[in-house]
This record gives sequence, C-alpha cells and structure tokens, in this order.
Amino acid sequence: MSFDVPEDRRYLESHEWVRPDDGTARVGITDFAQDELGDVVFVELPDEGEDVTAGEEFGVVESIKAVSDIYAPVSGTVAAVNERLFDEPELVNEDPFGDGWMLEIELTDEDELEDLLSPDEYADQIA
Amino acid sequence: MTLRSPPLSEAHEAADARFTDFGGWEMPVEFASIREEHAAVRSSAGKFDVSHMGQVAVFGSDAAALTQRLTTNDVTALDYGEAQYGAITDEDGVMLDDTVVYRLPETEHDDFLFVPNAGHDGEMTERWEDHCEEWGLDAAVTNRTTEYAMIAIQGPDAPELLAEQTNANLGELDRFDIGGGAVAGVSSLVARTGYTGERGFEILCPSESAVTVWNAIECQPCGLGARDTLRLEMGFLLSGQDFHPEDEPRNPYEAGIGRTVKLDTEFVGRDALERVDAEGVSEKLVGVELIDRGIPRHGYEVESPDGDPLGHVTSGTMSPTLGEPIALAYLPVEYSEPDRSVRVVVRGEPKKARTRTPPFLDR
Repeated sequence: MSFDVPEDRRYLESHEWVRPDDGTARVGITDFAQDELGDVVFVELPDEGEDVTAGEEFGVVESIKAVSDIYAPVSGTVAAVNERLFDEPELVNEDPFGDGWMLEIELTDEDELEDLLSPDEYADQIA
Repeated sequence: MTLRSPPLSEAHEAADARFTDFGGWEMPVEFASIREEHAAVRSSAGKFDVSHMGQVAVFGSDAAALTQRLTTNDVTALDYGEAQYGAITDEDGVMLDDTVVYRLPETEHDDFLFVPNAGHDGEMTERWEDHCEEWGLDAAVTNRTTEYAMIAIQGPDAPELLAEQTNANLGELDRFDIGGGAVAGVSSLVARTGYTGERGFEILCPSESAVTVWNAIECQPCGLGARDTLRLEMGFLLSGQDFHPEDEPRNPYEAGIGRTVKLDTEFVGRDALERVDAEGVSEKLVGVELIDRGIPRHGYEVESPDGDPLGHVTSGTMSPTLGEPIALAYLPVEYSEPDRSVRVVVRGEPKKARTRTPPFLDR
C-alpha cells in the first residue's frame, strides 16, 4: 500500500506533518497515520492562544480502536484550531493533508523546521 | 510464544486484513474499516472468522452430568439440537469463562460441544477431564479447536445469504438451535447463535474446508474490531475484560448474567452463588453513556458528581450505530438504575456521563 507524502511540507517521525507559510505553520497527521489508526472518532486540540513546544504532545486523536497522542512539530502559539474536527473527526481519515488539518501555529523559531524530516526521508520511514 | 493461526489465515492475508494477537491467536482485527464492517452487520450482513473460539466436545453416558456440574445453567434442559449460554465458575462463584453449550443433533458422534473463549480451550478441556476423573463419571472430553473452523454470518440478510449455500432447513432453527447440513457442499453444523445482536448463524465446519465455506458466503468480511463494537452495543460480555478470574474477579450476578445461574442444579460454585443470590451484590455491571465529549476506555475511573470514586470502565467505545460514547463499568448497585449522573475520568478530566441499562441498542 502506498501513502501520500506531499512535497510541500515537513514531517515528524511520529507521523505529524507541518506546512510552513510566512511565519505560521499548519499542522496535521499524515495519510499513513490516519490509515494506521483506522476510523477517527474523536480529536482533542488545544485552544487558540495556547503555546505548544516542538516535540511535546499537544492533543489526542482517537479512533474506534486506539488512542494516540499528537506531537507538535514546531514551537509557537496556536493561531487557529480546525473546529470542524470536533463534529466531523472523520475528516482526518478522508483528507488528512487538507480539510483534516488540526492547528495553525505562529512560529517562534523557524529554524526548528530544519530539524524535521524531508518528504523523502519520511517516505523512506513508512516504506 | 508462537501465535495460533486460524485455518482462514491465508484468505485473510489475501484480503489485506490487519491482524492482532487475541487470546494467543493471530486474528484479523479489520478488513475494510471497523465503521464499514459494523454498519454492514447492522444493515445487511457480515461474516466473521471466529475460529479462535474453543470447541470442546463431550461424549459418553455422563456427558450431560459432567457439563451440568461445571456450568451454571441447566444443561439437562437441553434437547438434541439445542444450545444455551452459561458461565463456568470456580468454588467461590467467580467466573472463569462464559460459554455456549450445544447439545448436538442426535446423529452426531459427540453429545455436547461447548465453546470456551479464545485461548481457554486447553484449560477448559483439562478442567472437564480432571473433574470427570475426580467424580468417577463416564465421559470422554476432546479438544476439537483445531479440527473445527467457526464462521459467523450475522445481520438481517444472513438467513437469505446462508440459505443460498446450504441444505440445512434454516426456517426450522429457532434462536439457540443447532442442526446439521451442508454449507457450500461441506458437511457442517449450523447454529442460530452469534454475538452481535443481529439475526445470524454460526457454522462449524472441518478446518480443511473452511476456505470453501468462507468464500461461498458473499458479504462483508469483518474483524474482531467490529465484533467488539457490535457486542458492546448489546451489552454482551468480553471475557478477559468485563470479567477475569485474577484481574476482574466477578460472579455472574455482578456481570449481569444471573439468569444463567440455575441454583436448583448442582455445579461448582453453586453454594457460593446461592449466598450471593440471598445477600445481593454490592456492585453490578452498568451501562454508561458519556454526555461530555470524549471516549470512555477500559480502565478509566468512574466517580460520582462530587468526585467520589465509584468504579471503573471495563469496556468502552464510540458506538458506530448510535454515534455516542458508551461503556460498561462495575458500579455500586444503586447506580444500576438508568439516568444516574456519574463522571468518567478521561485523561485526568472528569467528564459528565449518565448510567444506562444495556443493551444500548434495541434488538
């Protein structure tokens, strides 16, 4: 089975993606991660204005069969939360890189992006 | 330890199933998605490989007497071709397992067949053999778990689907009846039993012919994931989780299956259970529905609205049919009434919940 690994973002070994855009970054979990989890039925995310730290957990995603922590790829302040996921958690399965995004983070240190996996490196990890 | 594989293993691999270790067996947990498989069973039909369930045959003039004295229900009430649900308890009335006991059709060689849970077949065979010897009874006990495959067809369309493939007279099978017949040309036993709350059947066939039977019945293959959500919506027990002799020692009254205890029969644990019946239980397995957002999971604490500890969740999930987070939890008996306010502690956060009387789904 092959999974999407879009070129325009960076990845964590724990299967989160981050797409930087002019000082902010959108964050979600990967196609591989949503497939491993199965039917996502619940997502717990921080509130706007909260701080998150690279490498630390910021929320939880639950499928019917499993509970998984989600880790922040970068540090910063939560600028937006995808509130649609509270009523439609299945978006994480249906469109993990699009409508299933989770947070937008205002970056405190753009250099942190350099520490993350490139699309090729992540594709190798899940191959 | 090497995992045991069901005879349908290769078919499941070819269907790209995901596998899990369950009771020492490597079983398919998911084929498509749990939600899809669950919905298929509720709306049309699904097939399950339940070959990990044990099959233990009991034969001989004392087969009924032996099984009677090791299960809580009244085995002697069974006619040929009938089955019943019961518990297997120790001297203290603690549930070691729950089981379906089949009295086989008269033409079968074996008299009784009972179905212990995954991984319990060896232990239960020994239990029957040891007691048979101890009590000087005339019975032979055979562990047929590897000889038989067991396939469940469940859902409103199950009778029609199976009827296309069998010469067994399904119309004559009432709930908990078992009869002989060919399924896809394979000599089998067909029982009107299952664990999903839907109409359905369980087929026992020789392991070497399991693929023929499995392939002949064309409907959604389902894994243990959907089996778990389906049984939980009905409030059915999961061995090892809702009761366990060491981790969750419970008697049948606490576990909500007191109806299967027939105190006018003699069985191991009877005296202890008579005392429990007379004195009443202090805790019972209660249905819980979360009102706040969150999902109750095995082991989560349940407390009163004031924060006093009450008990813990034994099984919990997001119900695919209801779209509501549901759970089973052992709580003080006064909480066995519906609509009592409680809280489930989800990752340290108390979430509002209320009690419900299982089943969660009317069937």
